[in-house]
Amino acid sequence: MDVLLQWFCTLERMPIILLLIKIQHMDQNMARPPQSNVQSIKAQDVSERNPGMDFEPDLFGRIRINRSAVERRAATLGRRRSIKRDYQAAWLLKALTCIDLTTLAGDDTPGKVRRLCQKAKRPVRRDILEGLGVDKLKLTTAAVCVYHNLIETAVRELAGSGIPVAAVSTGFPAGQIPLPLKLAQIRESVAVGAAEIDIVISRALVLTGDWQGLYDEVKAYREACGDAHLKTILATGELATLGNVAKASWVCMMAGADFIKTSTGKEFINATLPYSLVMVRAIRDYQELTGYKIGYKPAGGISKSKQAINYLILIKEELGNQWLTPTLFRFGASSLLGDIERQLEHHLTGSYSAQHRHPVS
Amino acid sequence: MSVKAIFESMEYGPAPESPDQARQWLQAREHTLLHFIGGQWMEPESGEYFDTVNPASGEKLAKVADGNDVDVNRAVAAAADALEGWVAMGGHGRARYLYAMARHIQKNSRLFSVLESMDNGKPIRESRDIDIPLVARHFYYHAGWAQVMHEQMAGYRPIGVIGQIIPWNFPLLMLAWKVAPALAMANTVVLKPAEFTSSTAVLFAQMCGEVGLPPGVFNLVLGDHKAGEALTNHQEVGKLAFTGSTEVGRILRKATAGTGKKLTLELGGKSPYIVFEDSDLDSVVEGLVDAIWFNQGEVCCAGSRLLVQESIADRLHEKLRKRMSKLVLGDSLDKGIDMGALIDRTQLERINSLVDLGVEEGAEKWQPRCDLPVDGCYYPPTLLTDVQPSATLAQEEIFGPVLVSMTFRTPSEAVALANNSRYGLAASVWTENINLALDVAPKLKAGSVWVNCTNMFDAAAGFGGYRESGFGREGGKEGLYEYVKPFWESKLSKDPVQQLPRFVPVEEIDSRDAPVIDRTPKLYIGGKQVRPDGGYSQAAYDATGKVIAEIPTGNRKDIRNAVEAARATTGWGGTTAHNRAQVIYYIAENLSARSDEFIRRISQLSGKDEAAARAELDLCISRIYTYAAMSDKYDSQVHATPFRNVTLAMKEPLGVIGIVAPEEAGMLGFISTVMPAIAMGNRVVIVPSRHYALLATDFYQVLDTSDLPGGVINIITGDPEVLAEVLAKHYDIEGLWYWGSRQGSRMVEEEAAATMKRTWVNYGLYHDWEDEQQGQGETFLRKATEIKNIWIPYGE
Repeated sequence: MDVLLQWFCTLERMPIILLLIKIQHMDQNMARPPQSNVQSIKAQDVSERNPGMDFEPDLFGRIRINRSAVERRAATLGRRRSIKRDYQAAWLLKALTCIDLTTLAGDDTPGKVRRLCQKAKRPVRRDILEGLGVDKLKLTTAAVCVYHNLIETAVRELAGSGIPVAAVSTGFPAGQIPLPLKLAQIRESVAVGAAEIDIVISRALVLTGDWQGLYDEVKAYREACGDAHLKTILATGELATLGNVAKASWVCMMAGADFIKTSTGKEFINATLPYSLVMVRAIRDYQELTGYKIGYKPAGGISKSKQAINYLILIKEELGNQWLTPTLFRFGASSLLGDIERQLEHHLTGSYSAQHRHPVS
Repeated sequence: MSVKAIFESMEYGPAPESPDQARQWLQAREHTLLHFIGGQWMEPESGEYFDTVNPASGEKLAKVADGNDVDVNRAVAAAADALEGWVAMGGHGRARYLYAMARHIQKNSRLFSVLESMDNGKPIRESRDIDIPLVARHFYYHAGWAQVMHEQMAGYRPIGVIGQIIPWNFPLLMLAWKVAPALAMANTVVLKPAEFTSSTAVLFAQMCGEVGLPPGVFNLVLGDHKAGEALTNHQEVGKLAFTGSTEVGRILRKATAGTGKKLTLELGGKSPYIVFEDSDLDSVVEGLVDAIWFNQGEVCCAGSRLLVQESIADRLHEKLRKRMSKLVLGDSLDKGIDMGALIDRTQLERINSLVDLGVEEGAEKWQPRCDLPVDGCYYPPTLLTDVQPSATLAQEEIFGPVLVSMTFRTPSEAVALANNSRYGLAASVWTENINLALDVAPKLKAGSVWVNCTNMFDAAAGFGGYRESGFGREGGKEGLYEYVKPFWESKLSKDPVQQLPRFVPVEEIDSRDAPVIDRTPKLYIGGKQVRPDGGYSQAAYDATGKVIAEIPTGNRKDIRNAVEAARATTGWGGTTAHNRAQVIYYIAENLSARSDEFIRRISQLSGKDEAAARAELDLCISRIYTYAAMSDKYDSQVHATPFRNVTLAMKEPLGVIGIVAPEEAGMLGFISTVMPAIAMGNRVVIVPSRHYALLATDFYQVLDTSDLPGGVINIITGDPEVLAEVLAKHYDIEGLWYWGSRQGSRMVEEEAAATMKRTWVNYGLYHDWEDEQQGQGETFLRKATEIKNIWIPYGE
């Protein structure tokens, strides 16, 4: 064990690239660090895309997650910090810029998606933005997220706005289709203009402990994505334990995920603060080890401003302000925006708002 | 800052809780806090007041009545007057009041919280989310006990007037912990809050009036140590309950010694927080935030001693430092802070000097760069690493936001370091291995053990200390016994019930009898018969005054050896209750096999006829059976605390108990006191009745044949009063039971103050040892055990 430890220590001040080369060439049979959590290496900040690393099961194999403790932390996070008045308005604006405005329904049509895209471009009534003094910021949502068939519509509608189109993929939401079809789907989505691909992992690989299989699968997705960013949906609600959530997060990051994401929105349990805590802590450890910052996207069930604020608090407390940007944090949400709009109007006028006063998407 | 600027900086900004309502309340009281006695607001007899200030700002909140003995006398008189009516009201009536109090606290919870934070300096989040909800919970929970007391506490009666003295760190919560069980068990109360924090107690008193609590049931005397002393020394106070420093606890122990006043003390701590290498380190870090930076570290059970497995120490420290950098200090009414102001400048100075000392002694100090408010008493969160067990800071309570860290290598070393303390209030154990957790938790000398959590409290679970952290429990059924007395206790007699034979010693030996083979009674230490260190013996007489043997005169060194032998016999407490029961049954069996011999001896020493002697022996054997039976039946409990966890109220033996047996009660007195102690897993050092010492020395031969491990029962004959004092002054025994004189009882309680050993004395009164209630029963078992609450959250 100590061989690796000492060796890690000598690396402390090595450029990150060298470090990664080392990691990639790490002998699989080598003695492993003695503990569950990853050895701390003061890796330098790297702002490029996460290239991933070799499959290194000992980096996550002995991770321990104490569910009760995680739940306690999650339950008090939003009570330990309080965001009021102008701060609340600013934070809610931040939240909306992090939204992947989403529609993922069987009855989606081009018309519906065009509407969604226009809303993404102009998420809040102009008078409200003026009132808050942020009309010059040209705020938009972070992305629009749709099924493959609607990518082209969205890309056309968003042309020139700078808003990327994200597509769910790989047999979303259950992922129960053959791997070649999954890869083909990714390639086709990228080909028609999706800049971000939200894949679903094969839950069976997690539930049977086939971490190598999961790594190989996600690595293949990453290759298929090319320049498109890869968001890996863990479907946390179907992974049974927080320990599995942590491990799956690690495997996805090792395999080159740009974002790790909780849920499809279609599971019985979707994004929760405890899942989020576990995932962002994995992101933090990964960044400490490699220097790469992985994005985080909770999705499903986040529909209220208060929830959004709690997520932002969680991110700020656990990862820091660097992550409070759409490049590293997204909400997968469809109705959250509406609630934020109402809260913003309330902030300006002091009167509680009504849904019909804000344009629908 | 503009919305745009905040959008870019993403800072938190201030989130003040309004002090307006609390200010209005203070205004309505004309910024004057008065005593509440007999349902009336009363000015201090002295006419003197002192100021109470907001430690976050130094702002004066109100002037506080400076109580003295006259005020205390009035309050105790009011409480005594109210007693009869309060008892007569019945459990249901009392339950209604306690329920109303719980409701009323909930309805006014924000006012209580804000006032508490202004007065104490603690973050409003904590008073709002922790203190006040727990206060309400305590009244709800104990409303239930009031309702079912007659059934669930059958055989027990209220004590009478209870004096309660509480600290400033959790003002209203400590009030609730004390007042709720006292009232539920039909006592009336005189409470003195800490001089720094009287406000919420006054608001509580006002609320008692509003819910129509009968006058005198709850009385409040404000003030400093003068009022505290008067309450401590008041003769009509039947019980004193105190939470505060060990130093003051000792004073109270001495002041009440020999008075018969019941006493519970909840004192200081230096609680270990043990982290094994297989724990969830991020959760460990959050746990530490709640352990040592909760309430600015001004928490008696704060996890202030981090014991971390060497293999993960650096990693944990690094994570901890990062987390500490995120802690926010500020005004207690800001909803976004983690730590508020310390209670007072004296506390700040104390912490400063202790930390300086720690650094001087080699510790490495680390504090995050954080903004400290300019006004008020603030101290930053502090981590001291490289602290060795020999350092002052590893032993002394700091009572501030300062964590000291040490490393260990193995589980047994973790336990040894954790227990290397005079205190024993609480402990945390972090590991994902349930085998390890449940192995370590029982070995820790602490009243509360939190597995993978920390600072968990609830009304349904007892809280209190081992060792110098005090004695008694607050919360749970175990806490109720601190506020009741068994009915039989009032029946104890001023005169001996069992009689010693009266005789005039006959000095000359009848020389016509041929000499029998000389049998030499010895001391019995560590399972071996040993001669007394001093080399002296004293005559043993039969009931007619004839010398029949010579009994060794044990001295302090014999006691020392006996305690060492008992201490070394560690297996007895750890063996299964079934095994203990088997050994104890076996003792009964072997005693029975030698009945004739013992009956003759009882007759010889007591003058009883054969039938009476046989009856005594039979009762002894029956009693041994009783405790063999109870070995595996007086067992632990799981408390219904409102979390997803198992709260295990584990009954543990005290450890080593000294027993000074009742002089007059012969064989029965010896058996009745030794057996409950060993049945619960204790080891004993017993000083038998001087007159009946031969029965004890005969008895060790029974023990020798009964598979009892040597060292579980140690018998030191000699002068009970002399040996009692040696036992009382011994630092390495956990309990001392004494049946003897009034002065002896006082001596035992006074000397116990040094180490806070648990004492049980008779104040010169006499049990009827033949009586089923006075001679055996639950009280004996309860005195032989200590309850440790082990909190085990679960869920994967």
